[in-house]
Amino acid sequence: MGGTPTSVTLTVNGVERTLEVEPRMLLVHALRDDLGLTGTKVGCDTSQCGACTVHVDGRAVKSCTVLAVQATGAEVTTVEGIGSLARLHPLQAAFVEQDGLQCGFCTSGMIMTALDLLARDPDPDGETVRHALAGNLCRCTGYETIVDAVRAGAATMRSPA
Amino acid sequence: MIPAAFDYVRPGSIEEALAALADPDAKALAGGHSLIPALKVRLARPSVLVDLRDLDLRGVAIDEAAVTIGALTTYGEAARALAGVSGVDALREAIGSVGDLQIRNAGTIGGCIAHADPASDVAAAVLALGARLTAQSPAGTREIAADDLFLGPFTTALAAQELITEITIPRGGGSAYASVEDLASGYPLAGAAVRLARAGESDGSCRVALTGALGAPSRLPSVEALIEREGVEADLSAALSALELATDDVAYRRHLVEVVVRRAAARAVERSAA
Repeated sequence: MGGTPTSVTLTVNGVERTLEVEPRMLLVHALRDDLGLTGTKVGCDTSQCGACTVHVDGRAVKSCTVLAVQATGAEVTTVEGIGSLARLHPLQAAFVEQDGLQCGFCTSGMIMTALDLLARDPDPDGETVRHALAGNLCRCTGYETIVDAVRAGAATMRSPA
Repeated sequence: MIPAAFDYVRPGSIEEALAALADPDAKALAGGHSLIPALKVRLARPSVLVDLRDLDLRGVAIDEAAVTIGALTTYGEAARALAGVSGVDALREAIGSVGDLQIRNAGTIGGCIAHADPASDVAAAVLALGARLTAQSPAGTREIAADDLFLGPFTTALAAQELITEITIPRGGGSAYASVEDLASGYPLAGAAVRLARAGESDGSCRVALTGALGAPSRLPSVEALIEREGVEADLSAALSALELATDDVAYRRHLVEVVVRRAAARAVERSAA
């Protein structure tokens, strides 16, 4: 009946990790359950809400729709890899300052998707931000403060440190 | 949601991949953004997944006559490569309509076409633009016209042990893709791609393809004939009301079909005149 466990070596937040996983294990479960990186959330589990967004080789993807084995050899970045409580990433700080969250469940996905956008477009207008975040659902904020946070974070990221 | 158990292989060459697909319960995995959701709800229960990721089938080549897209090129990679490229507007617009940023980062053009979702945006564009697919099997390599590919919902002319390797889209004419999406899923309730010839082009035909409302993405020959005869202002309602829509909200969908065909046709006219 298949399912032979297989060894997966990948780099997570800059550290090489080797896991023994069944091929059917989703990347989001490997990150949360095997590596304890619970900043990445399981929201809808149907590729729609974006709460599980992480970067694989620099691009935002929905980790509920990626198998851990597919990430063999990949560089994975989760929200834990971009900043810390003591030293927030400018985009994390902007979400706090602009009230870009209420319950916070969608926030790490919002941030990881927005970082993909900002890597290609460091100064997006509101419409561009909305389009880029179309695959991230928030049931609290009404999105206005999220768009504000992304644009404010982008401004900080553009300014010399 | 946890898929049923399967084994996983990651071949290094297309020959090895085709050999692994000899198992009738094996399934090819490209970007996985149609297959993995189907695995999670256990609509698909393959014994082994053959991950195509390491095959050298990525990239976009552009020349005067055509655009050639490697089958494993993601939607996002294709969209960036096609930015500003003339003569393939319907394809660029269809790719931009797929899912969202994350899905476009993962899903592949070849996987999308081989999956043959009846609501695939890209399928309408490849039909309207007269794309040709190159496919490889143990028997060799062949070309398949997009017109001959889509046989029904999730059903193509590809053999079980056959993989699309590249997609060639002729450049030219004026084309556009327009859709109205289901807000929750992002799939089109109706999507239309229209290609019109420019003045003096040797291929003077009009091509119209519809997705989302039929059993499979399909050309609309009666609408094409009408537009060729009377132009895009033609009254399409009679031709469209003869279509067999695969939906239970027929009146609503028929309305959407007319809306998207008109929108795509209007933009295609502008581009064919520009």
